[in-house]
Amino acid sequence: MRVFIKFAKGLALLTGRLAESINLKDKRPVNLDITTIKFPLAAITSLLHRLSGIFIFLGVALLLYFLDLSLQSESGFALVLELLDSVFVKLLTWAVVAGLLYHLIAGCKHLLMDMGVGETKEGAHTGAVTVVVLALIAFMVAGVWIG
Amino acid sequence: MSNVTNLGRSGLSDWVIQRFSAVILAAYTFFILGSFLIHPDMDYVQWKTIFENNLMRIFSLVTLAALCAHAWIGMWTVSTDYITALQFGKRATAVRLLFQAGCILLISVYLIWGIQILWGF
Repeated sequence: MRVFIKFAKGLALLTGRLAESINLKDKRPVNLDITTIKFPLAAITSLLHRLSGIFIFLGVALLLYFLDLSLQSESGFALVLELLDSVFVKLLTWAVVAGLLYHLIAGCKHLLMDMGVGETKEGAHTGAVTVVVLALIAFMVAGVWIG
Repeated sequence: MSNVTNLGRSGLSDWVIQRFSAVILAAYTFFILGSFLIHPDMDYVQWKTIFENNLMRIFSLVTLAALCAHAWIGMWTVSTDYITALQFGKRATAVRLLFQAGCILLISVYLIWGIQILWGF
């Protein structure tokens, strides 16, 4: 009987510890309060890289639509140019192209960092500033070209 | 959870595919932008001639495949980062799988539509 009680106690203790260790994973503090998280420029450019990725994933539909129309026939090609006369289509196309260019520029920085370029704290900041500057230039060039 | 729905069944494999496809997508983007620079007043015949070339069809198809892989890895990463129990509670797995199914559907549409465009004119 005594052996059985000992065994049961041991089992209970073990189960408790097991449950505790499983629950421990969920009890780790998680801070997702955006107002208390600092967002340095590198974090913002990284977040924009993700957002632009999601945006151009949908924007590809517009580009494929234009490619489809423009290759079908002479009149299809003319229709794309005609569609691009409207301010709304111009803005939408500019947004997709800008998203694409941002994603491309930030992606190039990503590949450079994969190769070990600019991995320090200062390097990351310089990289982020470079991305922002190049992206703004690209946005303007794309705007002039589409507009 | 993480190793069931990702493309290469391993993070390292996905990492490599993501970079490799990125280079192809960048090359294609520069090529298209370059063709607009070379032909500032592009007309239908010039545009059609570029895409009629068989090498261009292959380049476009490879890029389309790269786009599909790149988009899937990206959307998978985003969905496993932001659609978790932390934000969605017990329904997280269902919401995430639904979101991923939607992504696969759109990627399939892009792939099939893209092939139709490249060989259908």
